[in-house]
Amino acid sequence: MESVEPQIAEWRRFVASAPAVNGHDVDELEDHLRHQIAELNAAGLADDEAFLVAVKRMGDVDSVSREFAREHSDRLWKQLLGSAEDASPAPTGWLEALVFAVAAAVVIEVARLLAGFPDDEPTWFARNLSLFVLPFLAAYFLRRRQLAARAWVLAAAPFALSAFLINLYPWDADSDTEILVALHLPVVLWFAIAFPYMGGTLRSHERRMDFVRFTGEWFIYYVLVALGGGVLMGLTGGIFEPAGVDVDRIAAWVLPAGAAGAVVVAAWLVESKQRVVENMAPVLTMLFTPLFAFMLACAAVVYAVAEVGDAFDRDLLSVFDALLLVVVALVLYAMSARDPFTSPNWMDWIQLVAVVSALVLDLMVLGSMIARIGDLGFTPNRTTALGLNVVLLVNLVGAAVLSVRFLTGRSTLHRLERWQTNYLAIFALWAATVVVVVPPLFGFS
Amino acid sequence: MRIDKDLVAASATPLVLAILADGESYGYAILKRVRALSEGDLEWSDGMLYPLLHRLGRLGYVTTEWRAPTEGRRRKYYVLTDEGRAALADHQRQWAAVTRALNGVWPGSGTLLPTLGET
Repeated sequence: MESVEPQIAEWRRFVASAPAVNGHDVDELEDHLRHQIAELNAAGLADDEAFLVAVKRMGDVDSVSREFAREHSDRLWKQLLGSAEDASPAPTGWLEALVFAVAAAVVIEVARLLAGFPDDEPTWFARNLSLFVLPFLAAYFLRRRQLAARAWVLAAAPFALSAFLINLYPWDADSDTEILVALHLPVVLWFAIAFPYMGGTLRSHERRMDFVRFTGEWFIYYVLVALGGGVLMGLTGGIFEPAGVDVDRIAAWVLPAGAAGAVVVAAWLVESKQRVVENMAPVLTMLFTPLFAFMLACAAVVYAVAEVGDAFDRDLLSVFDALLLVVVALVLYAMSARDPFTSPNWMDWIQLVAVVSALVLDLMVLGSMIARIGDLGFTPNRTTALGLNVVLLVNLVGAAVLSVRFLTGRSTLHRLERWQTNYLAIFALWAATVVVVVPPLFGFS
Repeated sequence: MRIDKDLVAASATPLVLAILADGESYGYAILKRVRALSEGDLEWSDGMLYPLLHRLGRLGYVTTEWRAPTEGRRRKYYVLTDEGRAALADHQRQWAAVTRALNGVWPGSGTLLPTLGET
């Protein structure tokens, strides 16, 4: 076989250049190729003939690597989303994104003008805030995925329905439920974006994982854009302030427009500059999962030992809820970035530590919350917090059980992933419940 | 005989599962077995086997293990799991139903389409 070694090496390089094929896959394929060559050799073919036949039998590299890509969408998901046949992203993407970003920025400014900013801050503005921005993100994906008219109607439905509902509800002045709606509606609408993002379906487990990945990467890009914007604003202020320009007044108008436009721009960046984040995101998760796990484990021990359970007041409870949400998001995102073919490793154990610690903390929070409700009765805030904690608790219990089963070799990672992707629907439903059911339940107080 | 592409694709999973039910194996050996079993009628691009095996791995039907034989290169072995066995049984039931139906509308061709192992 010596005489064809250079050809084999060349073939190997060619196969390895396909983005969805990793080193182990190439080893496996090369082993196959060598087997085939050896057998053809034995049957009397010369080395170079055997090589040609073996390569031919292997199938053309494009379609094989496409098949790999279909299976390993985690390695290559950006190319699957457009269409499986045409892997290159649409070249006109940025213009489209820009149009939607500018539209979102314009709408937010018009809304602010109508609201009478900065003198007046009506609550309808906060309540509707996500409705000014997120429809443009949905529309961007509808166009990018080239979905049919039916999908446009279906995708528009949650936006139209929620806009209708939250503006028809007779809110009290200083209404708590209204604030809850302002907090939960963005979540509901973000899940509504999953539909166009996933290409007009909600059922596919793999695409749900893609959506989780997208959400994490979108967040990273958004933070980066925000940081850049912040530096620009700071420098602008530093330069124009001495010249007598009232920078604050200008910033008050530029900032919201930038924040709204960045929502679409970050999504465009995730879509088209995939590779950059692909390298960065797993590193960030690797970095922060252990740190969060450590922090959570310490917190669980401290709160359990010190028995400060009674000290859970409203502010501390909201901090804990935020923390638990971050942990669930981090675990979910780490899972979406994980290569499903590696066997359990230390990262999985660390994640388990994070999940179990979060579970302990959640139980303590729930205990003190039930005590508060026992003492002081149900209010919109307490009901919502209780529900959120129960939803999180069930998720964490499921994740912990399945992780242990996976780590002890009694179950597959696939099961765990399934549990999480199925659970996304519960998160969405809960957020929708807070928006739709909770306000009437408490008389819009 | 040329077998339709879709049919090849549909039969690939049960075929591979059934081969692994006979004992653990690696890519090249599995493919040789497919060729021998179908007497060359089932045309696969060799490369297509591996994404399929990886999918079975993801679904938990097979586990994998890299092994270095005493001589030669490291090789990846695939072992059927209990879940894989269950999936195979399910596939067998489905194919049995399909062959039954085809036998029903193609009378006299019973020998051409022997019923698969009823389970």
